Parts: sequence; C-alpha cells; structure tokens
Amino acid sequence: MAISLEEVLKIAHLCRLEFAEEEAKKFSEELSNILDYFKKLQTLDTKEIPPTFHAVKLKTPFREDEVQSFLDIDDILKNAPELKENMIVVPKVVKAP
Amino acid sequence: MASIDLTELTITKTLTLLEERKISSVELVEETFRQIKKVDPKVKAFLHLNEEKAIEEAKKADELREKGVKGRLLGIPISIKDNICIKGLPTTCASKILENFIAPYDATVIKKLKAEGAIFIGKTNLDEFAMGSSTENSAFFPTHNPWDLERVPGGSSGGSAAAVASRMGLGSLGSDTGGSIRQPAAFCGVVGFKPTYGRVSRFGLVAFASSLDQIGPFGVNVEDTALLLQIISGHDPKDSTSAPFEVPDYIEFIKDNEKTSYKIGLPKEYFEGSTDKEITQIIENLINKLKKKHTIKEISLPHTEYAVATYYIIAPAEASSNLARYDGVKYGFRAEAKNLIEMYKKSRAFGFGKEVKRRIMLGTYALSAGYYDAFYLKASKVRTLITQDFLKAFKEVDLILTPVTPTPPFKIGEKISDPLQMYLSDIFTIPVNLAGVPGISLPIGLTSNNLPIGLQIIGPHFKDELVLSLAYQIEKEVNTKFIPPVVKNS
Repeated sequence: MAISLEEVLKIAHLCRLEFAEEEAKKFSEELSNILDYFKKLQTLDTKEIPPTFHAVKLKTPFREDEVQSFLDIDDILKNAPELKENMIVVPKVVKAP
Repeated sequence: MASIDLTELTITKTLTLLEERKISSVELVEETFRQIKKVDPKVKAFLHLNEEKAIEEAKKADELREKGVKGRLLGIPISIKDNICIKGLPTTCASKILENFIAPYDATVIKKLKAEGAIFIGKTNLDEFAMGSSTENSAFFPTHNPWDLERVPGGSSGGSAAAVASRMGLGSLGSDTGGSIRQPAAFCGVVGFKPTYGRVSRFGLVAFASSLDQIGPFGVNVEDTALLLQIISGHDPKDSTSAPFEVPDYIEFIKDNEKTSYKIGLPKEYFEGSTDKEITQIIENLINKLKKKHTIKEISLPHTEYAVATYYIIAPAEASSNLARYDGVKYGFRAEAKNLIEMYKKSRAFGFGKEVKRRIMLGTYALSAGYYDAFYLKASKVRTLITQDFLKAFKEVDLILTPVTPTPPFKIGEKISDPLQMYLSDIFTIPVNLAGVPGISLPIGLTSNNLPIGLQIIGPHFKDELVLSLAYQIEKEVNTKFIPPVVKNS
C-alpha cells in the first residue's frame, strides 16, 4: 500500500509536524512498508467481533466532586518556556482589529 | 566496616545485613556509586545521577533504623526509568522535548517506594518516550549490554535492565507497553515483571499508549521482584484504570507454593518458526526438567501472528493522541516562531526524534478519516481475538511458558535502519500487553557466546502471584547467578 508524498505532508500537518522533502520521501517509503505489513489483518473476518479498547474491563469510577489543594504551583510553572507573572506567554492567536 | 561485594547482594539479603548492622546504608550507597563510576562509563545506563541526595537519604535511613523504624526498603538503593516522575528530578523520557523538564510531583509508585525508605540513585536511559526495543532511540546516547558492550541491552527500559545487571542499584522500575520490561530483562540476564494491566497505578508515568502501558519492577531474583511489586501494587484514585482489588501477599504466596505443581501450556505458535536454535534448546532442556513436577501440554494461541500488526496500529494511535500535549506551550521545548501553528510544528519537529515522529505519523494516519475503520477499528477487533485466545487457554492451563525474544541480544546498529525488523523483535511479548495479562522474564541460561536467555511466564488476569510462584520454582531449578563480564572484570 503506497502512501504518497502529498499524503505524508497532509498527515504531518494533522499532527503538527513538519519534514524537509528528503525526510518526507523517506517516510512515505517506510510508512508504505509498515502499512503493507498491516494488510495481514484484513485476512481475518471480524464482522461479528466487538472491539477491545481496554484490556481490563472496569466500571468508570465515580467520586465526590471535592476541591483538593495542589501546593506545587511554582514547581509546575518553572517548567513553562515563558512566563509573565503567573501566566504562560504564547504567540498572539488573535488578529488586531 | 565490612567490605561490600555487590554481586553477592539481593534486596532481602541486604535488609538482613542492614538490620544486623553488618553494613550501613551510607556504605552501601557509596559502594553503589563507586560501581557506577567504574562501570557506567562503559554501559551508559543512567541519564541522571542523584548522588548527593542519595547519600543524604542513606544517612537518614541509617538514623531511622537506629531509632527502630522499619521500612520494607529502608536504605535500599534503586534506580528509576526516566519516564517516571520523582519530584525535583529531571524526567526527560530520553527526549529533547523534555530535556529541561523537572518533575513537579511524585508518581504514585515513587510515593509508595519513598514510604518504605527506598533511595533513588538515578534515572535510567530508555528509547525516547519508551518507543523502541534497543534503547538506541534515546535522544542522548545508546545504552550498552553489560554482557557484550557491542550489543543492545534491549528496550525500551534498557537502562534499568543494564543497571540492575551491572549491580548499579539493587532493583529498578521500568514500564512495559509491548515488552519494554521483559525484553531488556531477557537481554541483560535479570528478572523483569509486567504486572496485570491495572495492578499498578500509572499516575506519574509519562503516557505512551494508555491502554497498554504498565509500570513494573526489575530485580536480580524473583523474591526481590515480588517484593518491589508488592510495594507498588494497589488501587490509586488518581489512576481510574487501576483496579480496586485486594493485593495478595506475593512473598508469602511464592514461599507457600514452592512445591505446588502447575498445569503449564506451551503455545505451539511460539515454538514454530524462526526462533534462534540455542534459545529453543535451552527452553526445551528446562521443560524436560519441569515435566517431573508439573503437567505440561501443548496449547494454541491461534491469533499470535496478528499481534505485531495489531499492536503497531493501536500503540501509535494512542501515542499520537497522548503526545499531542507536547506543543511547546506549558512545558518542554519551545521553538522560536512567528505564530502559534508554526510554534507547534517547529517545537515538535525539533523536539521529537525519528521513531517518535514515525509513530505519531502512523497513529495519526490510522485514526484519520477514511482509515479509522480499516486500521484502528480493525486492530481493536483483532485485539479481542488475541485476548480470547488467552482466556480460552487459561481454562485449560494455569500458566503459559514461551521464549521472551526470538533472538539473543542483537548488535548496536543491526536493526535501527529497518523499523519493521525492530518491531518484529517484540513478537512474543506484545500479545501479553494486548490482552492485559501479567508476564515475567526470567534468566534461564547463556548462549555459547555468553549472552543471557530469558523465559517468559504468562498468567491469567490478576493472577500475578501464580506467575511469580512458578518463576520462583524455576529459578531454584536453574540455580545460576547471572553476573555479566563487565562486572566481573571491573
């Protein structure tokens, strides 16, 4: 199953990655090989088989909606790339009017 | 002061020595760091060392012991894979994107180990974000196999396995998504255990594939591994996939069942095909010995051959979602950029390594419109078939024995350029994660090239104690101490 260069670039955009053209070409080759291997699964009839999304079936656990304090706020903020007071700075996302 | 021979130590033996005041925790931790300075320049198991703090903690442990305080790991030095958070220490996942990340809290397993007095000597190397089978995908450097420095230690928890094998710490924690504890344990000649999915809290483990990831212990023997598992197991309200079930006393169970005979299944799919002849031979010899005590029968896990394809759709799909959080906004590497979307793309393109990008791309593709049914949904259905294989088998037998890997440890560089070949090296460990059952890797012999060989024991859901029990029996039968040359020659 071939996956085209154009498709590679489209997927890259969906997952917010970017590649130089050489790299993208290599990826299209490698991904095609791996997808070919996946074709194996198509030989199995799974029409009547339900999917498994969790290895162990547990009920969703409910708990009281209680506020708990978290004391390590400074430690979390220390990992931010750019801070202004206690706020994380990001590039502007809205256009000036 | 008694001199300490690290190759003679296990956690349980050391606790007795500490209790009898034959050694102190400070002496032990200092000796461990002498060992690290001697051996780790060759093996390169550690990404960060925690020497100063570890010695401080050892002093405290000795003081507490004098006061009569007990802890099941009081004063015991262990290492932790660098995708598990210890507050105040780096957690890099061997990725450039988290190179400067300092964990702001303790993982639940770390809290539990701290409560028993464990001392953390450092964070161990891994394949970036635990994606790989050789530790070559670390963004910083590869780890070397202590049995042959030109070979890989396995992965992704290669640093943890190599550290324990090299006696740099008495135990370690790793994570296992498709074999990442068991395969490196086999390659390095130590015991590695992947518990039942849900047995151990994943809170504070950096997520790779959430329906498959499980934290588990490494030890030099089964008893140490069981002790570590005992401490880290149990329900945690912070991980809603952790199971609200009682945890049995593993040590008591394995000692009470030293003579119990089990019904053991050998899945024919794991013994046909291209598995290395020496591995097959060593396992067959062992099985012949086991026949005297246990009932051994051939079984079938008919969907085994579909497991690798299933896994390499489901794990990347979950990874592509989990790793969306690395966007350069709140933490991690941020690239200079003109606008937000460019910042995302440049941060991720620079911060992630090749294999991580490959899996994000694969996963995104498998989940994207038009391909979801053919790939992700199909794989999730085949996962049901693979799980049913195990459920059926466990109606006939108590436990299943298989090889851990189809080959002994391979050379550094041998498979890195062919991702599919690398993926296929996990063929015997992956089905266990897909089904969520527990599995152990136990060293049972050496090849003619002096490379360790592991045996995998698989048990039913939440019967982790059965797996440990048979492993404990087989360990006595094998009766070998696996000390790698890098330790003997140092």
